[in-house]
Amino acid sequence: MSKLLPVPSRGMIPERDIESPPVLEAIHLGVDFGGLVAVDDFHLLIGRTEISGLIGPNGAGKTTVFNLLTKVYQPTRGTILLGDKDTAGMNTSQVCRAGIARTFQNIRLFKDMTVAENVMVGLHHDIKYHIPGAIFRVPGYWRQEKAARGKAKDMLSIFNMQDMGDIKAGGLPYGAQRRLEIVRALATDPSILLLDEPAAGMNPSETAELMENITKIRDVYQIAIMLIEHDMKLVMGICEGIAVLNYGKIIAKGTPAEIMSNPVVVEAYLGKKEA
Amino acid sequence: MKQTTNKMPMWLRYVINIIVFFVLFGGSTGLVNSSIISTYYTRIIVLCGINMILALSLNIATGYLGQLPLGHAGFMALGAYASAIFMRSVTVSPSAIFPLGILIGGVTAAFVGFLIGIPALRLKGDYLAIITLGFGEIIRVVLLNIDSVLGFKFTYGAASLKNIPKTTNFFNTFLCVAITCFVIHTIMKSRHGRATLAIRDNEIAAEACGINTTYYKTFGFTLSAFFAGVAGALYAGYIGVLSPSAFGFMKSIEILVMVVLGGMGSMIGSIISATALTALPEMLRAFSQYRMIAYSLLLVIVMIFKPTGLMGNYDFSLSSLIGKIGGKSKPKSKTKTKPEKDGETNE
Repeated sequence: MSKLLPVPSRGMIPERDIESPPVLEAIHLGVDFGGLVAVDDFHLLIGRTEISGLIGPNGAGKTTVFNLLTKVYQPTRGTILLGDKDTAGMNTSQVCRAGIARTFQNIRLFKDMTVAENVMVGLHHDIKYHIPGAIFRVPGYWRQEKAARGKAKDMLSIFNMQDMGDIKAGGLPYGAQRRLEIVRALATDPSILLLDEPAAGMNPSETAELMENITKIRDVYQIAIMLIEHDMKLVMGICEGIAVLNYGKIIAKGTPAEIMSNPVVVEAYLGKKEA
Repeated sequence: MKQTTNKMPMWLRYVINIIVFFVLFGGSTGLVNSSIISTYYTRIIVLCGINMILALSLNIATGYLGQLPLGHAGFMALGAYASAIFMRSVTVSPSAIFPLGILIGGVTAAFVGFLIGIPALRLKGDYLAIITLGFGEIIRVVLLNIDSVLGFKFTYGAASLKNIPKTTNFFNTFLCVAITCFVIHTIMKSRHGRATLAIRDNEIAAEACGINTTYYKTFGFTLSAFFAGVAGALYAGYIGVLSPSAFGFMKSIEILVMVVLGGMGSMIGSIISATALTALPEMLRAFSQYRMIAYSLLLVIVMIFKPTGLMGNYDFSLSSLIGKIGGKSKPKSKTKTKPEKDGETNE
């Protein structure tokens, strides 16, 4: 059905992804809370390996969009297509298995578990043994647990955290907690990764490192990444396409250069110039 | 310090644990058989064992899953009645058939736990507590009021179910505690256990990691009910007479107190506090009229000075203990809570 609708996002998909089908497509997406229209008529098309940004003033509905895409809220209207699959009727865990992983604005780690275990929760569906297999400790249990532990360590090494595997996640410094959350999301083997303010609370050098790492993740895992961020340096630096949200509606879409010079965006952020 | 390189190999841990298990099992069996431990003490130890299983089973739902069910005595009652009715109906030697009776008790409780869990686990926190409290009471009231089904005398209602073969002894209790510990430990140290703990730590994040939270909550709840049923079956064979009033709200609270006092999410904590709270009233008999005050005071003091419970969420590990003594490795909380140590507390 996506073929029948006009493709809404001009210039959002980078050249290299034009040939492959989009990883995620939101069509007429909207949600109401009681009488309040939180998000309305949200169109988005994300390319296979695109890094895109979702920006907008506070309260514009950015996190709500993420919650809609991951089905934390069920949309009131509209369709979300993941590849060519409609996600209607799925719940959060099913959407995750279908390929959307996310991080949270306020970090949500499993604080009482170790760093490696946190990642291994992400690898949950990568490990196959069943409950009797766990009780009787069949050979497959040992093999798969070992493989998962190794894989967790490998994934942690993206952020140079491979030696922190045995530390309790709650005891990590703030920046490392944010990074761990990204690794855990990556462990679920997503086709698109949603990062909700990944640079919040980070200092400039950490942010610079994060920018490098986000690009690196995209290159290594060949996935699409979408991020909400207030740090304009980060957004303009790495995003190939940006959507600007205000009062629950997309007011502008385009490349960073286009967004920066768009008068509507400037108005949303800074207000109208007196005539 | 490198933990991974110094860690004891897995097979060695298993060998050590199995040896310790048999030594404790053989040793304590010898002591009981040769009447070095008197019948009075043996009965208290058996009661400790039953309470250990109860505390361990509630610990699954409370400590690992992070829910607060208040109807645990109801599952125990189901296990007790199912097993007792089965044991009364069989004609072959009761002690030989008792393992099957225990299993029937466990499965019955697990089945009802599953049925109750599906609607109840949609709710959280206080609401879950109240709905499980309600279900627990329903089970008790039903047992109290239905004395015959289709003309067959089943539960005898308030008149209490009598003449249950007294098949529970030290050995099968010890084995049941060991198996309970083993099964809970092995499940919790697997991907299924991690999923359960993830739900406790942060349900939304667990779901965003692709974990089917409904499935694991129901699973944890069912497992919890199963072991409560096992404990109920042992209780039936221990006491010989079942009356619904023994499985009231206060019994559920008593089990919860054991879990909270021991430390939520700690198996060794549940075991220690179950032992302490069972043995203490007996030991305090000398101070007859003050003993309930002492008991309550102990709870208050522990909660003031150690709100996370006696053990927090620390879990005992025999191999890391040996490692510590041998100065081989500095054990992190790498746990290896095997059946053995319940034997230690049994002694």
